[in-house]
Amino acid sequence: MAGQKYKATYIESTGQAHTVEVPEGWSLMEGAVKHLIPGIDADCGGACACATCQVYVAPGWEAKLPPKTDMEETMLDFAPDVKANSRLSCQLRMSAELDGIVLNLPKTQHM
Amino acid sequence: MSGNIVIVGAGQAGAQAVQSLRAEGVEAPIIMIGDEAYPPYQRPPLSKAYLLGNFERPRLFLKADSYYPESHCELVLNTSVAAIHRAERIVELSNGRKIDYDKLLLATGARVRRLRCPGADLAGVHYLKTIADVDGLQEVFQAGKRIAIVGGGYIGLEVAAVGAKRGLDVTVFEAMDRLMARAVSPALSDFYASEHEKAGVTLKLKTGVEAIEGNGKVERVIAGGQSYPCDIVLVGIGVIPCDELAAKAGLGVSDGIVVDRNARTGDPHIWAAGDCTRHVGREGHEIRLECVQNAIDQAKHAAMAMAGRPKSYSEVPWFWSDQYDLKLQIAGLAQPTDMLVQRGDPASRKFAVFHLRDGKVAAVEAVNAAPEYMIGKKLIAEGKPIDAARLADLSIPMKQMA
Repeated sequence: MAGQKYKATYIESTGQAHTVEVPEGWSLMEGAVKHLIPGIDADCGGACACATCQVYVAPGWEAKLPPKTDMEETMLDFAPDVKANSRLSCQLRMSAELDGIVLNLPKTQHM
Repeated sequence: MSGNIVIVGAGQAGAQAVQSLRAEGVEAPIIMIGDEAYPPYQRPPLSKAYLLGNFERPRLFLKADSYYPESHCELVLNTSVAAIHRAERIVELSNGRKIDYDKLLLATGARVRRLRCPGADLAGVHYLKTIADVDGLQEVFQAGKRIAIVGGGYIGLEVAAVGAKRGLDVTVFEAMDRLMARAVSPALSDFYASEHEKAGVTLKLKTGVEAIEGNGKVERVIAGGQSYPCDIVLVGIGVIPCDELAAKAGLGVSDGIVVDRNARTGDPHIWAAGDCTRHVGREGHEIRLECVQNAIDQAKHAAMAMAGRPKSYSEVPWFWSDQYDLKLQIAGLAQPTDMLVQRGDPASRKFAVFHLRDGKVAAVEAVNAAPEYMIGKKLIAEGKPIDAARLADLSIPMKQMA
């Protein structure tokens, strides 16, 4: 388990793409923040308390993600520019199944 | 002149300042000095998931190791700053190294308030502020052990929740008549007291600890005249801002380094951000905040001011605490004279308390109630008048309050 890493690609609203390796079990928010990908603030560090780590999941990947918890659902309700494929990346854990996942980032994360 | 930006303190505010300075397009070399062995890390998980053991240490770090060299930020760890020589614009490190600066950010944080009673220095008395603290506590934090927690605030109660979950025998001693008295309203204090008791935690309110006794290590706590046998003592009685370095340098200090809304001290070359500061809050009085939000937002404002694009800091403060499966989210700063409006029933384990001042929401405390928290925060920022009866009416969705 420890040491295994998988790829995730984050695409800024400008189109700039960043592909990084995220350790298994880490959140996709952490994968972005530690590599300073602009567009994900995650002020609360992954406590699902701030709704500043929203991502738009690229087509084809949504079905592989766990369903939203009530907390994620309600926090997302109040995030800016929410779309049908919005998720809070702090709630998504990297796994073999998600190797290669593509996430688009919103323009702003603050209300 | 070097043009260096020196950051004293390698915590949440320091890391945010590096990120925001680079985002602002500032290219000057940055040197960040920290007195711990680690690069900047998140402190909130220390008393929660990290102590519980389901959050590995590498995840605590705010940035990847490669981030600092890539950002042209030299990290100097395990090193404290001995003095700031303001006339020469030089910081002098404990190892004798001198670094000149054009701009200096003090992000020195806070340190734990230590217990001052007989036996407070015995082996087995723990505090919780750093990775090293938790690693030390972790060695003895085992099922069946009896832990006496001094202080019923955020830290004490988060440790109590983790302890109960891990099968320790937990007793919390709180000198005040209710839990988290400094941070939340009585309804929340009562609710959390009943949740902790349900989880098997023993609460001793209005019970200050008078002494810790034991032969070379803690064996019992003396509180309210009674003796409570224990194996571990965890002290969580607040923090003190690290403002001595600033005071020694002749900067304005008053239980925190005094800064304006651009995070500026009285010296045009020196800023300060985070737990170490005191500033005039959005409501017009002086405050000292101990939270991630203030560390992040004040560091951002310091970076904007350093970049020559100052913006006045007036963000709504927010806080959170995880205990058991309860997510407590707080926005705004309450006053004892606020009118309290409760929305939802605590028995449902999902409710909120709004603090109204002059007919507007001044603060909100939400338990497992994200809509109340998110909309409440928005209402505080906007300062719109609100009808108390509507706020209390669960049949009206929060979205319609905005």
